[in-house]
Amino acid sequence: MRSVKEVSVAIIGGGPAGLAAAVRLYDKGIKDIVILEREKMPGGILRQCIHDGFGLTRFKETLSGPEYAQRFIDMAEERKIPYITDTTVLEITPDRKIYAASKNGILEIQAKAVILAMGCRERTRGAISIPGERPSGVYTAGVAQSYINLYNKMVGKEVVILGSGDIGMIMARRLTLEGAHVQAVFEIQPYSSGLPRNVEQCLRDYNIPLYLSHTVTDILGKERLEGVVVSRVDEHMQPIPGTEKTYTCDTLILSVGLIPENELSIGAGVTLDGRSKGAVVDENYQTDIEGIFAAGNVLHVHDLVDFVSREAESLADAVAAYIENGELRKCSLEVETDTNITHTIPQKISGEKSFLLSMRVRQPMKNCEIVISQGGQIIKKKNFKKALPAEMIQIPIDAEKLNSSENLEVSAIC
Amino acid sequence: MLREFICIMCPQGCALQAEEENGKVLEVSGNTCPRGKEYAIQEITAPMRNIATSVKVENGELPLASVRLTGPIPKSKIFRAMDEIRKIYVKAPVKTGDIVIENLLGTGESVIITKTIHKI
Repeated sequence: MRSVKEVSVAIIGGGPAGLAAAVRLYDKGIKDIVILEREKMPGGILRQCIHDGFGLTRFKETLSGPEYAQRFIDMAEERKIPYITDTTVLEITPDRKIYAASKNGILEIQAKAVILAMGCRERTRGAISIPGERPSGVYTAGVAQSYINLYNKMVGKEVVILGSGDIGMIMARRLTLEGAHVQAVFEIQPYSSGLPRNVEQCLRDYNIPLYLSHTVTDILGKERLEGVVVSRVDEHMQPIPGTEKTYTCDTLILSVGLIPENELSIGAGVTLDGRSKGAVVDENYQTDIEGIFAAGNVLHVHDLVDFVSREAESLADAVAAYIENGELRKCSLEVETDTNITHTIPQKISGEKSFLLSMRVRQPMKNCEIVISQGGQIIKKKNFKKALPAEMIQIPIDAEKLNSSENLEVSAIC
Repeated sequence: MLREFICIMCPQGCALQAEEENGKVLEVSGNTCPRGKEYAIQEITAPMRNIATSVKVENGELPLASVRLTGPIPKSKIFRAMDEIRKIYVKAPVKTGDIVIENLLGTGESVIITKTIHKI
């Protein structure tokens, strides 16, 4: 018979969210924890993000992804927090039993609390339904990044990039430095979906043009990619007939969005939010399944790892309280938004605890005001010279200003 | 002449405006911190960038170790810097912070390892 290992907290994923949560839990006195990591090494996606710009908020210096990850790996190792690598979690049950496949066979773990920290995955060609042939040479940006930065495999020479997500732009620069010719980046939206600084330092610096309101409408080539057809799109993002232009290339990189990786969460019965694609959580980062918590990119896609670490630490504070008290305050108030806001984290609050409200705007806005109110009473207002979908907005909300009987309303007013 | 660009010093990405005359910066606006002003002046007088890439590793658990420069170098030297870094071959183990090239192309900046790679 298999033995069931019992722990206070099991953390699913050893990336930035999982590591930060583990270190904080340990420092709060919750030491009976385990991190389960699918890859051979901890660090998550940061291992392949070799460019700099990480840690400006957290460490007040600019680090590469692997260096940022190493700081947290070192902290986990100093505390001797156990992590099991090369281990894929297969199932999490609503009563927090975990089944995982490892080199030594199936692991069975019963946890008092489970932290979901699986990160996110990339949208693929299938997700955006590009028609055409199916030759080799079509990669998501993250896959191309892992080939080049982890495995020393160059992906191609003549490159077209679809989507102006940050990873796509960073790969445009990376491919250029490695000797490839990046012809252009095409973005279906009328604005860049990545950060302005990446348009500047990854595209402009290398004279790579960014075409807005354009998309790939056909893929050519039988064995290897031979070219793509690009069309302009109208205001409803529909291709305009007659605007087709063929670009000869051997490589197409897709940077068309990230989706929180929630297969395991669904299996555990966790309710997802169709807007964020992550779990519905309360101010404690607890999902609607008691004892199951979520933070980082599995909850909502972040633009900066510094904020992932901070979110995971707030989650760890709540998990520590849950382990100590056996329960947390019920959160029955909803966080409601107007149509200018895509989603918020958290989606539920008690009205009795201070929390950090995260959100994104639906489209670029200038000189707007984010207004947070309860029953018509304004709790907080914040002005923004510019608000972009690419930049997450975070506003701390003070418990003293809240009541515990009315829903919270969030709106963006121009 | 008015020059406009996005500050790359932090993710905030401020839209900077700089008034320039004969290569001299008269005024900077749009920045929300002093680094933005410094960046604008540098961008007009002598643009600088940091780069990140990898070096090959012998006997490592991965074939590559990522590297970056200790600080930004003149933008015009980026491709020459890449050529220099491409020549490097290191033997595992290497660890974060190890210097692989000192004073790269006379810039005063070094190339450092950013990922610890154990020996297999």
